[in-house]
Amino acid sequence: MNRKRAIIALAACGAAALALSACQDQANGGGAGSRDHITVVGSSTVFPFTTIVAEQLINKTPGMKSPAIESTGTGGGMKLFCAGVGAAHPDIEDASRRMKASEYRLCKDNGVDAILEVQVGLDGVAFAESKNGPKLQLTAVDLYKALAASPMGQPNTAKTWKDVNPALPAIPIQVYGPPSTSGTRDALAELILAKGCDAINPALAEKKENDAAGYAKSCTAIREDGAYIDAGENDNLIVQKLQSNPNAIGIFGYSYLEQNKDKLNGVPINGVEPTYETIARGAYPGSRPLYLYVKKAHLTAIKGLREFLAVYAQSWDPKGPLVAKGLIAAPDDVRKRSAQIIKAEATLDPSKLL
Amino acid sequence: MSDAPTLSGLVPGVATTAPAQPERAPTDWRTQSMQRRIRKRYASERRFRLLGLAAVVLSAGFLAVLLVTMVYNGASGFLQTRIALPVDFAHSGLLLTPAELRGPGADLALSTANIEGLTDSSARAAFGPDGDRWVSDGGWLRVRQALKHDPALLTARTTIWVPAADTLDVAAKRQGDPAAEAIVAKLQARHAISTGFNLPFLTASDSNDPTRAGIWGAFKGSLFTMLVTLLIAFPVGVLSALYLEEYAPRNRWTDLIEVSINNLAAVPSIIFGLLGLAVFLGTFGLPRSASIVGGLTLALMTMPVIVISGRNAIKGVPPSIRDAALGVGASPIQVVFHHVLPLALPGILTGTIIGMARALGETAPLLMIGMRAFIASPPARLTDPATVLPVQIFLWSDQIDRGFVEKTSAAIIVLLAFLLAMNGFAIYLRNKFETRW
Repeated sequence: MNRKRAIIALAACGAAALALSACQDQANGGGAGSRDHITVVGSSTVFPFTTIVAEQLINKTPGMKSPAIESTGTGGGMKLFCAGVGAAHPDIEDASRRMKASEYRLCKDNGVDAILEVQVGLDGVAFAESKNGPKLQLTAVDLYKALAASPMGQPNTAKTWKDVNPALPAIPIQVYGPPSTSGTRDALAELILAKGCDAINPALAEKKENDAAGYAKSCTAIREDGAYIDAGENDNLIVQKLQSNPNAIGIFGYSYLEQNKDKLNGVPINGVEPTYETIARGAYPGSRPLYLYVKKAHLTAIKGLREFLAVYAQSWDPKGPLVAKGLIAAPDDVRKRSAQIIKAEATLDPSKLL
Repeated sequence: MSDAPTLSGLVPGVATTAPAQPERAPTDWRTQSMQRRIRKRYASERRFRLLGLAAVVLSAGFLAVLLVTMVYNGASGFLQTRIALPVDFAHSGLLLTPAELRGPGADLALSTANIEGLTDSSARAAFGPDGDRWVSDGGWLRVRQALKHDPALLTARTTIWVPAADTLDVAAKRQGDPAAEAIVAKLQARHAISTGFNLPFLTASDSNDPTRAGIWGAFKGSLFTMLVTLLIAFPVGVLSALYLEEYAPRNRWTDLIEVSINNLAAVPSIIFGLLGLAVFLGTFGLPRSASIVGGLTLALMTMPVIVISGRNAIKGVPPSIRDAALGVGASPIQVVFHHVLPLALPGILTGTIIGMARALGETAPLLMIGMRAFIASPPARLTDPATVLPVQIFLWSDQIDRGFVEKTSAAIIVLLAFLLAMNGFAIYLRNKFETRW
């Protein structure tokens, strides 16, 4: 008898589940419904700062639901962000580089044309090695010759740092860095490789405007023969690899270097060490701005989104909680301009994007 | 050894050929070559047993290493270092009255009061100019909680145990950096530091501060997801298995279905994630990161396992039971639901739990549908954004702060306990329903 009852109960549960899922489908009516929490996607570098702001928001606002923040990489996040307006699409994109003109076009094609662009601070693409590493001193040109797929149009054959620059020791080139979906990788290409390339091929730099594909091929494409090792979006993994392999160099956001100062040394680029001060003042060649992109259409529709941005703006000061967790505060005028954009809800002018 | 010669008479080949060749001498077991062959046989026997034992020891060793490292690294994740913080509410300048805090608007009143500033200034007053950095970023939440719990504190001076900052927590539990060690020693001399069970770890949700991070949000997400998976996969899987075994005609179509189901059980889980992304998020427009979508996706993955194990269990029910039931006049549906299904249930449940355990540890398909988000409060409904335990472990392993190392291991311990509970329940059910004949 017991068994029979159990079976009936199970059958009833099954029916209830099917009915439940059907109700859910109807309630959401194809994603056009509303949503009572903020959703954020994008860069793994901005992710920790956005989570701090999210926590502050819910701690200070009773009854506020937690935002859902995903770390998808800047490029992956742009695809989700630009997919459309409405509850099914994210409200905010964390970006560790500026939106590209092609991405803006994708957004516009999907009806996302009013976007707020807010610079929240700076980050350094830091180069680091283990404490007992060889204490390398590199320049942008060295890095370009060591990491580009085809420096000066020739396939890259450099095996050791000595091949790149006779002044450097003869240790094999092994660089752990982020994958191609990462904004950190884009920043590496634009801030370091492109500069090194321009310095030794002025002719190529002049042709940049007309021949973008050719420029990318010989300047910013990264070699794929094993010298540059793609370590995924997991920056802690790079820290571990550097500890077990003192001859390797790692590339990641500055905050990871700061947290692991007792294990790692920053590698000076062009004679400048990556520190808070050198990045904030723009002297370190690997510093880059961090952005939030916000859909203006969602500001009213999504409850708490305006408050979220307001908390962000209160937190990015040099003495604020974000800086305590590794963000580098933007200069005063940039912070003022960003605060103004949030206040006036001024949208991005697409003609200035590259 | 002694009875080895008598065995020869039992070997059928020897017995049958004996009359045809009567002059054949019986096997002499004492010759050197025979002894050698016997030794070889025993040696291979021993070798096989040793190899088998070595395989078991190796796998048990791996398990032991995993468990020992997890417990060693994770045990301290269940502990929390606290500092005794003297707070003078009476002279704090907080614009609050006890009556306000007893009323319905208490949460709002507390959220507008500057308790964070009060906590920082109390810490500076008690421990010196750097004192506010000794207390966890979430320390003021503990002060707020104490105040909410007992509004009478507002007129008093009291000591509240607040969580210590991450660096002190690491230093108090194991080797930290020298500066933090010195601070811990100083606090110990004043008896102002203690270590206790970290209840918030079991009741709080994700946080970017390891002293505040908890597992409850992910645990609840896992529960919701598993519930949806079970409610969809179990009935659909069992009904499919029953139909295919008991009713379906044997023809090319059922063969095709059988092959497809077996194939589906072996499909890599990431593909179900892509399917979930396209169907549940794309076509049905269900919310991203929600546990209902995770449950539906994992149900697709678990169903074939239930169908296969269910069919095997139903096949194992002796035909005599069906014949007897039909013989006394039961209808086919009565045969199935009164006799076959109850007898097959233990086998079906075992398969279900194996499938569910796999689903509980699954991350890949959930990453595709957005269940990898940072969410600071537990989900309240099936459509709320949520994470699950394995994804939470993955997220914490990627955190910058070193305090998350022990939290990651502690979360793994919680996941293992959850799995153990599920498997224990499965064994209980199987023993309860099992029939022997």
